[in-house]
Amino acid sequence: MNGRVVAGFVPLVDCAVLVVARELGFAAREDIRLDLLKEPSWASLRDHLNLGYVDCAHALAPLPIASALGVGHVRVDCAVPLVLGRGGNAITVARHLFDDMCAAAGAPLRAEPRSTGNALAKVVRQRRAPLTLGMVFPFSTHNFDLRYWLAAAGVHPDQDVRLVAIPPPLMVESLRAGHIDGFCVGEPWNSLAVSEGIGRIVATKSQLLPHGVEKVLAAPPALVGDAATLGALLRALAAAAAWADDRANSAALARMLAAPEYLDVPAELIQDALLGRLALGDGERLDDPDFLYFGRHGGGAPRAEEALWLYAQMVRWGHLPASEASRRTATRVFRPDLYRTHLGAPPAAVVPEPFDGVPFDPENVDAYLQGLTIHTPFVAAPRMENG
Amino acid sequence: VSPKPLRVLIIDKNAVRAAILEEGLRDSSAGGPPLVVNRILHEPLDLVQRIAEIDPDVILIDLENPSRDTLEQMFQVSRLAKRPIAMFVDRSDSATVQAAIDAGVSAYVVDGLRRERVKSILDVTISRFRAFDRLQRELSEAKSALEDRKVVEQAKTILMKQKRIDEEQAYALLRRAAMNQNRKIADLARSLIAAAMLLDAEEPE
Repeated sequence: MNGRVVAGFVPLVDCAVLVVARELGFAAREDIRLDLLKEPSWASLRDHLNLGYVDCAHALAPLPIASALGVGHVRVDCAVPLVLGRGGNAITVARHLFDDMCAAAGAPLRAEPRSTGNALAKVVRQRRAPLTLGMVFPFSTHNFDLRYWLAAAGVHPDQDVRLVAIPPPLMVESLRAGHIDGFCVGEPWNSLAVSEGIGRIVATKSQLLPHGVEKVLAAPPALVGDAATLGALLRALAAAAAWADDRANSAALARMLAAPEYLDVPAELIQDALLGRLALGDGERLDDPDFLYFGRHGGGAPRAEEALWLYAQMVRWGHLPASEASRRTATRVFRPDLYRTHLGAPPAAVVPEPFDGVPFDPENVDAYLQGLTIHTPFVAAPRMENG
Repeated sequence: VSPKPLRVLIIDKNAVRAAILEEGLRDSSAGGPPLVVNRILHEPLDLVQRIAEIDPDVILIDLENPSRDTLEQMFQVSRLAKRPIAMFVDRSDSATVQAAIDAGVSAYVVDGLRRERVKSILDVTISRFRAFDRLQRELSEAKSALEDRKVVEQAKTILMKQKRIDEEQAYALLRRAAMNQNRKIADLARSLIAAAMLLDAEEPE
């Protein structure tokens, strides 16, 4: 690749590792010229990645798995040698819905997934018209986070509510206009809804899936096959992640990301997300240093069981039928071996307790799926007619 | 029995380009099976509802449009009777796919549509997107040519005044200097105007 790497990214706080690697010379130090291509949508990023217009990309964790399985698009064997971000999402509901939820619960609610989920379930059962909730993309952690929260409270995401994908910059406006009643999105969009007084954060991803994988580096076969370039890129990104994780750098990082060529939003909102100090509404404030992070706690290393978790979500929500072959393909997308080769062995991962109380056994995904009452069966789409 | 009209929806923030595409699609379908074309120009917050109302068989959307993610989700919902898929899923004609991306457009097509019908719509779309691009380029070139002519006129006037020569001589002087310095006449003219302004500012009359 002649030392030049073009990476696609979507302007979100967790594109930080790529931005830092470029802006602070971590890539240059490894003799890599890292050029970043800002993408207007996840669909566009996926097209450019799958058709070879970029060398790698900042991707939603389920996206390379969907590509490897040929779901929703052409089949491309992308590998994930590095995790670029963990956590960072939250679920926000409209003020009027939050009031209804508190009334249903019979008590003021705090941002805590179990109690707010149960309150939402009561509201859903009382209402005649279904609620509409926003997320960002079918193959997104946001979609799965939201569904996980709903289903744990007994709300069927495909029967009891309506889910729509909305570009993050339009999320707050859609909530204000009443087109949606809530959403699951990354920062700074939850904070923006709270600061404008139209939304209330009711759960964070760090509560639903602590340390949960969020964005990954998706590497197509050409990059994986070029060990020298991949190694240099991974070293540069790991160094950038260490810098970005240092809380002492949060102000500088927030300013860097706030620039028009990246996020183009106020630096203060970005810094709140980096420090895990979100205003949740009603004076409540999150204080969780691990709300969003990049590489610490060994978080940069992809883990096979996380790929299996994402595969399980795809099967659970009807993206594809369960099969031994698909399960194996999904597992192979996450490549801890590539991480180890270039960056060494990561420290042991923190495996948190599931918030819904249903243990996930990566060795037995089928049994896990069979134990879940709320799920959506796969329906095959008819193929295009030849003629 | 006349065939059911094919519903095409164009989603493009660029109204001129959308109009050019609509015209192209209508021209190409003249005498053929009927075509109903709808356009969505801005980024509506109720896009999902609008699409459900229009109920299109083919959606043509510019690649830069963030609403593509909304479409992708709509089409993953398996209860939809009509379920369009991204054109890339059927990669039988990779040259068309490549050409569409290069032209900056993406398509979603309801399954079951006849392939040659889709192909002809895509071909028209790609050629109209390209034509629009060319038009934009020509416009910006024409604009800069006009600018160039203006600065050369201005530089000639300065030379005529300072050196007391006629227009033809002034132009010859400019052209020779540009050739010697291996620069465009307009660029040299801009430098000359800038220098003249500087000299005027330093020597008030």
